[in-house]
Amino acid sequence: MRNISSLSRLTTTVTRSTSQIPRTQSCLYWRHISSSSSTRSTAATPNTDSTVSALEPPPAGGHLPSITSSALLKHTREQSLKTPGILWADAELDEARGASSLSFATTGRETRKMNMYQAIRDALSTALSTDDSAIVFGEDVAFGGVFRCTHGLAEEYGRERVFNTPLTEQGVVGFGIGYASMGSKLGDSTLGGRGMGGTAIAEIQFADYIWPAFDQLLNEASKFRYRSGGQFNVGGLTVRCPTMAVGHGGLYHSQSPEGFFMGVGGLKVVIPRSPLQAKGLLLSAIRDPNPVVFMEPKILYRSAVEQVPTSDYTLPLGRAEILTTGSDLTVVTYGTSVYRCEQAIHLLTHPPQGSGIERTVKDALGDWRRGTGKNMSSSPSIELVDLRTILPYDLPLVLRSLSKTHRLLIVHEGPTTGGVGMQIAGDVVSGLALTTREENSIGEDMRRMRKEAFLGLEAPVKVIGGWDTPGVALQYEKFYIPDEVRILDGMLELLAY
Amino acid sequence: MLRSASLTFRPRLIHRVASLSTRSLGRLPNTQSPIVSKPHFFNSVTGDSNEQIPAFRLLDGTGVPIDGAELPELDEAFARRLLSPDLNFLLPNLDNILYNVQRQGKISFYMTAYGEEATIIGSAAALAHDDEVLGQYREMGVLLWRGFGLDNVMAQCLGNHEDTSSKGRQMPVHFGSPKHHFHTISSPLATQIPQAAGVAYALRRSPERSNSVAACFFGEGAASEGDFHAGLLLASTIPSPVVFIARNNGFAISTPSSEQYHGDGIASRGPGYGIDTIRVDGNDVLAVLSAVREARKRCLEQGRAVLVECMSYRVGHHSTSDDSFAYRARSEVEDRKRIDNPLVRFRLFMESRGWWDAQAEEELKTRLRADVLKAFKHAEVQSRWELSELFTDIYAGEEPWNIREQREELSRLLEKYGEDWEPWKRELQKFKAESKDRVKNRE
Repeated sequence: MRNISSLSRLTTTVTRSTSQIPRTQSCLYWRHISSSSSTRSTAATPNTDSTVSALEPPPAGGHLPSITSSALLKHTREQSLKTPGILWADAELDEARGASSLSFATTGRETRKMNMYQAIRDALSTALSTDDSAIVFGEDVAFGGVFRCTHGLAEEYGRERVFNTPLTEQGVVGFGIGYASMGSKLGDSTLGGRGMGGTAIAEIQFADYIWPAFDQLLNEASKFRYRSGGQFNVGGLTVRCPTMAVGHGGLYHSQSPEGFFMGVGGLKVVIPRSPLQAKGLLLSAIRDPNPVVFMEPKILYRSAVEQVPTSDYTLPLGRAEILTTGSDLTVVTYGTSVYRCEQAIHLLTHPPQGSGIERTVKDALGDWRRGTGKNMSSSPSIELVDLRTILPYDLPLVLRSLSKTHRLLIVHEGPTTGGVGMQIAGDVVSGLALTTREENSIGEDMRRMRKEAFLGLEAPVKVIGGWDTPGVALQYEKFYIPDEVRILDGMLELLAY
Repeated sequence: MLRSASLTFRPRLIHRVASLSTRSLGRLPNTQSPIVSKPHFFNSVTGDSNEQIPAFRLLDGTGVPIDGAELPELDEAFARRLLSPDLNFLLPNLDNILYNVQRQGKISFYMTAYGEEATIIGSAAALAHDDEVLGQYREMGVLLWRGFGLDNVMAQCLGNHEDTSSKGRQMPVHFGSPKHHFHTISSPLATQIPQAAGVAYALRRSPERSNSVAACFFGEGAASEGDFHAGLLLASTIPSPVVFIARNNGFAISTPSSEQYHGDGIASRGPGYGIDTIRVDGNDVLAVLSAVREARKRCLEQGRAVLVECMSYRVGHHSTSDDSFAYRARSEVEDRKRIDNPLVRFRLFMESRGWWDAQAEEELKTRLRADVLKAFKHAEVQSRWELSELFTDIYAGEEPWNIREQREELSRLLEKYGEDWEPWKRELQKFKAESKDRVKNRE
């Protein structure tokens, strides 16, 4: 599967990213870089790790070196078309043609190599071309967006539908809420009239700047349907924002604020891991009848490259995905951390020979084998889960996985306290698990699963998140973000417990 | 347009700029400003720092048209409508009764519109029935004008099962009705202002709705919120047809407007956003009617926001949770009511036209009082919605596991303790339906 030795890979990673840090300290520099680097690579070939010259500044989104070799990305057309859960918009048409969805999917559809910003642009273009009410707006959106996600859309669909807004996040989201509310039902039509579905796709330039709009999201968008007794809704609202760290974003271009949204019932929060996922999940978010905050890990905009189906498709919200199956430990994560977890699992199974890491792994696995009665040749198998939808997240899948593995590790970049990880950990061990009620429903299954998960735990649930510092400190980022070795350490701790 | 008009304001200066430009930079990068050689500070939108923005009025305090006043087209029937059920008596009557029942503990909260009736009804009458209204919370009169009906008002204030505005989820006066193009009220101040820009943008984009505007109400206190600036900026820049109606009633709860802003009211901010603006005597229903009609017209012509500031006085307390005599003299309020009562002013005008007299008023008052009481008595005995509505309308589509689980947990607890735990037992009797499994999924 992998040809390069893990050790050399790890070393490369470290040198390369440290060499980039001093070039990008200025915040003002940010926008400058964003636009210049984007002009550079508007061409179809996206940046890959190997194309980065040491003399060039890195793109604003940064690079995630480990990603080029990730087995999680769909590098062939066939893999791409067989993506689990993919729902083709014209599936009914296939049936009419007499072709089963699967056979057509693997024969008749095209894919194209795209990085994540291109896949997002493709999703936005699909939304604009299939829904006349759809508008795309936000700061710097008309020229293509600082991360190029809206590149060319204003020219293609006109400035009435793709436009700049003044610099006011609360205004952008408030405007989107008002626009979306016109999609509320009135008789056989909507308040806005026929064809006015109120599809508002707003962009907040960085997740770090979403706070002025938090009131609009929490007090308005999430409550819109509930407070009006179901008469009004803003289901047409999607708020996109770049999120997570990139190596040089410092306190205000690196945050992962999803934890703050966990208590906002009525809202959905989605974070994709790759181009293919981003297109399908974004189209789902746009068409979902609820307001959705769609956070895009910005380091993946250019780093992640995949074969993405060119036709219209969606991926389900509220459903996590098992990326690698395993029986000894469940690792739940999302966004950029997916690739760090993949790397960490690789380190676990292929520790660099002769290194201290190899000895640590060997010792811990020895304890694990003794504790579980495994024979000396067995090695642990890890189940890697991408949460994808953060709110409401897929606890049933986590519990199903846990009933098999009995050990749970949750990894994310956002701060640990009050974060998504602690929420999941809390849900896994919370008191509801112990209530019993005879009823043949899904609710009953959940209770059984919760109980089994809790009683079956063979180690405490562990959360590896960012530290509870007030943000991601610029020069310290390598030691803030849970990286491969921290994740490895967490896995070993749980296995050897 | 407006901008070119301001350029011709000082023709001599412009001329000088033109000649300057041959010798040096005639113009700064992002402005058309004429270049002057003396420092020129300014702090007025009228051009004269001693002069305040003028206020538009048609009727004086005794209901007589002031010199030069051009009254809006008005026949007796329309005038009677302005004065009668929907304005002059219904609103105060309804306010009185609901205020009093709140005092008796029958509803939790209420906000009256005392003193601001002319602002609210004058605006409502100037709008088309399907203009989208985004209110703050004191605009019930707009709904009454549009035929929302007393029963709906009562149902919402009492939160019974006939309350379609929020199914009993919101405090009193948080009305909403798509049919009446009245967007649901929420308590946070000013959040409706940027939303109005989005609503209006949707109207502008929709061929079926392109003759409609959004009308957005807010108080002078709410205009201090960031959302005010965001909303006006968006509706002028993007642009979108919103008539912004500021109800400057002098108080934000207890804070007088003199402590709310230092500038010349809310109207002074309109030109900062490049939008047509007018200040109007908010206690003169005909002036409000005329101003909002004209504002609406400009809004549609320009496709851009217009700002109307209505100067009024909040005669009532802020809400039933407030006693305003803690921060203003009772005599001040009484004087206001006597000297400048918007209802009296319009009634005198009507009488001068021979459209109204004491007998007509007495008959109407009696009838309205009876109607209001009847609606209240009906609403008072209605049960609440089913308890299961606690968990509906959260998400459209699939019910997430956490909502389902919590709903089932409450159901389990009710089954276990509902009959024995007195506080729950008493409360449960207020809800509709007596089925044991009260919060079962209704699918």
